[in-house]
Amino acid sequence: MAAGTGNSIIEIAGVTRDFGSFQALKGISADIREGEFFSLLGPSGCGKTTLLRLIAGFDEPTSGTIAIDGRPMADIPANRRPTNMVFQSYAIFPHLDVAENVGYGLKTRRMPRAQIAAEVEKALEMVDLADYGRRAAHELSGGQRQRVALARALVMRPKVVLLDEPLSALDKKLREQMQVELRELQQSIGITFILVTHDQEEALIMSDRIAVMFEGRIAQLASPEELYRHPRTKRVASFIGVMNFLPATFVSRDAAGVTVDVTALGRVTIPPALVPAPLDSATIDTVGVRPEMFTILSDRVEPAERATPGTVTGNSYYGDMTYYTVQLDGGAAPITISMRNTAGRSVLPSGSRVSVGWGAESIVLFE
Amino acid sequence: MGLKLDREARSGLLLVGPTAIYAALMLAAPLFMIVTFSFWTQNYLDIDRTLTLANYRTAWSEPIYRVLMVRSLVISLIVTAVTVLLAFPIAYFLSFHVTRRKPLWLFLITVPFWTSYLIRVFLWKVILGFNGVLNTALLDLGLIDAPLTFILYNTNAVVLTLAHAWAAFAILPIFVALEKIDRSLLEAAEDLGDGPLRRFLRITLPLAMPGVVGATLIVLIPTMGDFITPRLVGGTEGMMIANMIQVQFGRANNAPLGAALAVSAMLVVGVVSLVIYLAGRKFGGRVR
Repeated sequence: MAAGTGNSIIEIAGVTRDFGSFQALKGISADIREGEFFSLLGPSGCGKTTLLRLIAGFDEPTSGTIAIDGRPMADIPANRRPTNMVFQSYAIFPHLDVAENVGYGLKTRRMPRAQIAAEVEKALEMVDLADYGRRAAHELSGGQRQRVALARALVMRPKVVLLDEPLSALDKKLREQMQVELRELQQSIGITFILVTHDQEEALIMSDRIAVMFEGRIAQLASPEELYRHPRTKRVASFIGVMNFLPATFVSRDAAGVTVDVTALGRVTIPPALVPAPLDSATIDTVGVRPEMFTILSDRVEPAERATPGTVTGNSYYGDMTYYTVQLDGGAAPITISMRNTAGRSVLPSGSRVSVGWGAESIVLFE
Repeated sequence: MGLKLDREARSGLLLVGPTAIYAALMLAAPLFMIVTFSFWTQNYLDIDRTLTLANYRTAWSEPIYRVLMVRSLVISLIVTAVTVLLAFPIAYFLSFHVTRRKPLWLFLITVPFWTSYLIRVFLWKVILGFNGVLNTALLDLGLIDAPLTFILYNTNAVVLTLAHAWAAFAILPIFVALEKIDRSLLEAAEDLGDGPLRRFLRITLPLAMPGVVGATLIVLIPTMGDFITPRLVGGTEGMMIANMIQVQFGRANNAPLGAALAVSAMLVVGVVSLVIYLAGRKFGGRVR
């Protein structure tokens, strides 16, 4: 999972972009490291695509700077930047065949014909489309178009490959397969990838680091695990995966950690290592717990740090998992608990009285 | 194949039927008559119905007809080239640079068609005439000492008038073809290293080709057969084949020869159109 060399390949500093009175980007600063798989994740309209287009050079920032490989990009047009893009629509040239599409940029570089053919062949092999060179653009399936678009970018040997929602047009099975393939390809060639996506699962699976964006700002920039386990805000927490939010009040902060009173769960102390440094403890009003961090304790002895009684109010069976809604005694809203359907565990009907196990370490504090 | 038609076929026939009958009566029948006529011979008062190729021999060998045919083709090709070359930038501007009120712009392009074609041709006479608007203005400005004579009653006037008349018919198909180009293709070309000119030549132009070919044919075919414009502004030098056809059917009282000339002109324009169509397809489908 090593994320490249650690050197910055792209430095974004204080970038804003205004469209009339609407500010699409409100001050973005981020360093993207060489060789990493970096994702811009957010709902539609958060500015992630705008930022990608600024990096590609299709648009200019209103203020702020973008440097690629140490060179400021202010006056450099898209056709002279060391980046190549895989478009959401794939933008396969309809009047050219697959090989001509892939070799398009090499021809602009005035590479000799034979060398172009060899490079195109290699790029097509890389994306498992060897022998597809003479196919017409309209003869390709969605997945194949996506591969051609990728080969067309990779054959240029760019410093950075930009991917604008490249998998959103594919069906679920193919998308999941491509997520893995794309990730493996990126690791084997070691080029920096920047992916724009609104699919949090896709970002988690593929990325070394993710910048979660809301309304033109980066809400949190971290590794997938860090993002999932320690989201900094309630919004990030609910955008990535499912999170149970429970009202809480701050009690004290000392060497043992931060102590809070949580509705239904009671008083709990969070160890200092799990308290984010910039958190203003006095403003804590909510804690979050992921569904899988709760356990429904069965008759068999299962170790749990703490246990709270409750009643099952509903269940959804997913095959490998069951999602329960459980009303904790003394709790306000019901919580969601996910349980793996391991051997010997049957689905509990609504109305079952259960004991819900949890631990202080699974609790996330929110201001 | 039985005579039983399913519902879809019947409703299809019902839709096509009236138009097909109308086309058969108004287009195919006259065309058939013209072709038939061209194989007959005109005597002084009646027509000899013996089939003969004599009219075609005359049409293709007499210098006067050859000259007129070639001149018509050259004039219509020049008109087409001028019209399409002038229409392309306008269509491009409309498609790529007009972001607001596009319908209004399109509407404005049709404004010249609100007056009759005849009136527009006469207006050109007023503008280009010996004592016309243009000459008077240039004389008064002291830019010329004597009125310009090369602008009316010759080929230049025919080209100018026809190019203006057909402008909208050329702009619209090119505009539609440009509108259909996915803008991300242009960004992709730029992303892959193309500057604006290369991108235009490799992506925009080939993809706009169907519209350009359409515009070319729409202008070329009727221009070749035009006879009002050459008659009104062409003088003797600007006379075209259609004028001769008119003369044969009228004053010369030789309808069979007129028919043979008409069929010949149709064949010429048909072959030229086919060549243009095939060339357009070839260019539109090729990498540069």
